[in-house]
Amino acid sequence: MKVLVSVKRVVDYNVRIQIKPDGSGVVTDGVKHSMNPFDEIAMEEAVRLKEKGKVTEIIAVTLGGAKGEETLRTALAFGADRAIHVKEEGEIQPLTAARALAAIFKKEGAQILFTGKQAIDDDANQTAQMTAALLDLPQATFASKVELDGTKAQVTREIDAGLETLEVDLPAVISADLRLNEPRYLKLPDIMKAKKKTIEAVSFADLGVEAAASLKTIKTTPPPTRSKGVMVKTVDELVSALKAKGLV
Amino acid sequence: MNFSFTTDQQNIRDAILKHCSQFSPEYWLERDRDGVFPFEFSKSMADAGWLGVAMPETVGGAGLGITEAAIMMQAVAEAGGAMTAASSIHGPVFSMQPVSLFGTEEQKQRMIPPVLRGEDRICFAVTEPNIGLDTTKLKTRAEKREGGYLVNGEKIWISVAQNANKMMLLARTTPLENVKRKTDGLSLFFTDLDRTKIDVKLIHKMGRHAVDSNMLFINDLWIPEADRIGAEGDGFKIILHGLNPERILLGAEAIGIGRAAIQRAAQYARERIVFDRPIGMNQGIQHPLAKCWAQLEAANLMVMKAATLFDKGEDCGVEANAGKYLAAEFAFEACHTAMLTLGGMGYAQEYHVERLLREVLIPRTAPVSPHMILNFLAEKVLGLPKSY
Ligand SMILES: Cc1cc2nc3c(=O)[nH]c(=O)nc-3n(C[C@H](O)[C@H](O)[C@H](O)COP(=O)(O)OP(=O)(O)OC[C@H]3O[C@@H](n4cnc5c(N)ncnc54)[C@H](O)[C@@H]3O)c2cc1C
Repeated sequence: MKVLVSVKRVVDYNVRIQIKPDGSGVVTDGVKHSMNPFDEIAMEEAVRLKEKGKVTEIIAVTLGGAKGEETLRTALAFGADRAIHVKEEGEIQPLTAARALAAIFKKEGAQILFTGKQAIDDDANQTAQMTAALLDLPQATFASKVELDGTKAQVTREIDAGLETLEVDLPAVISADLRLNEPRYLKLPDIMKAKKKTIEAVSFADLGVEAAASLKTIKTTPPPTRSKGVMVKTVDELVSALKAKGLV
Repeated sequence: MNFSFTTDQQNIRDAILKHCSQFSPEYWLERDRDGVFPFEFSKSMADAGWLGVAMPETVGGAGLGITEAAIMMQAVAEAGGAMTAASSIHGPVFSMQPVSLFGTEEQKQRMIPPVLRGEDRICFAVTEPNIGLDTTKLKTRAEKREGGYLVNGEKIWISVAQNANKMMLLARTTPLENVKRKTDGLSLFFTDLDRTKIDVKLIHKMGRHAVDSNMLFINDLWIPEADRIGAEGDGFKIILHGLNPERILLGAEAIGIGRAAIQRAAQYARERIVFDRPIGMNQGIQHPLAKCWAQLEAANLMVMKAATLFDKGEDCGVEANAGKYLAAEFAFEACHTAMLTLGGMGYAQEYHVERLLREVLIPRTAPVSPHMILNFLAEKVLGLPKSY
């Protein structure tokens, strides 16, 4: 079984995000980037399934500029067999990403697309769902457990009310939530092996994909700074304070 | 001129920082308190194949350069384990170079893989109590006998000897009176640390308590000829090959410690409110930290330049020495500044800065002192008369 894993290069989760002075976005120049943590979890899941003999080939895919190669090398070190780099500079909207992933999924004849549930840069949480819709495939998002059984996958999902278990026919799209697994620490020999694996570069044109331009970012602003809180001594005081503010 | 990491180098740094995040600052503080060697850490690095970063692939290494080793060791120190973490794996990462460069094929295959797998733990015994930095005068004597050498002498400051089972030893095979040049007559051995013939006495020191340093009293130690690395009498020349890489690694590690201290200080300065505002709003707090950052990053450029030259096979003596000097001096200032930034808490162990300050003094003084580096630079760069 061939699976596709999408991995995105994002500003590292440890970085204190700063807004550009002109409000056109966040500062990314000279800022540490790494693989989106949810994509790492998706990658880890694919590798574990391969180690269990359920998956035969893992293809990592990224979309974006030249630096995306770093992220793909990391994916290859995790255990992807080969990688595809959709090399396009500039902003890529979720619908564009979904179109590209759908095109690659079809071309490769993959059985599962694993993604992170969202990327921590814009937290859109749309790509997995849109790709499933474009491919007209079942989707199981926010997975905290995945079990493959021939032509089906049992997926436990994290939902507001707790956990929900779905059975989906393959091929399908599965997005990883935080508790699906704990990604491994990379080993140096695996990083070295990754250097010898191939990364195929393709463009939107090669895939026959048109970039979507349905979203326009008007302005980026920092969240309002919190004003100083009020200390209350008793529950009664808390309730009346909340009432006074019209919050309960 | 290229000041960016390659993809490999970036991935090595990221992977190491992540790997080291398994070992919290509290883990390192506990080891500093109980003085127990960080076995869990060194084993995890061996298991993940990191110890062979700069060793050839033919002996189980990754075949990368000193640049990659420096990037790795810097991240190891920066992640919070400071010199304790770095020194606990320094031997396998660096000290087997003489075997890989000058050993026979049989020696390479016999000696290196067990060290990279973490099964053999090594110490590096050069320094002696009565000669100090004047290495060519060293007195430990290896007398040639049938099939090997009989060794007697004393060593000092030998790190990891409490836990090591192997030792790289520099000893005199021809008495100083009988050699043409004072750099002749020394030989290098890699052999068993035989505790029936070597008395290992712990030195109580200021920091890095989990990685021991020791006096060694060697009494009639037998070393088979098969354990001599390179030709008899070539020991000093062989050791010289490792001096620049060692300076590069120590410099990189010092910068890692300095960065860790500055990060801790900046975080504290953002959060600590005194006189109704963060202390970091005062320029008296900001400027010293900003200055330390600039100094550290400038020193890092010199260290990385030295590493790049070394890997290209070019001369790097001046850069390696200058880099180690700048790195250690500025990293010390960074740790000291961080401590003052934290006020009273800078002196409390649970804030970790005092531990960094105690440990950053090691790369400042060892393996070569700032004085000797300046002696060297004055002579080599400025053409001043040799002063020692
Ligand atoms: C924590 C720690 C771990 C170590 N681990 C090891 C190890 O594993 N293996 C090993 O072999 N060694 C090790 N060393 C030893 C280290 O390399 C030595 O401390 C160092 O070489 C200095 O030697 P010394 O102490 O005898 O200094 P000395 O030579 O006695 O020098 C004392 C002082 O005089 C100064 N001085 C001497 N001559 C001159 C001159 N001509 N001009 C100006 N100043 C001068 C020096 O700079 C120094 O400040 C370690 C040291 C420490 C502190």
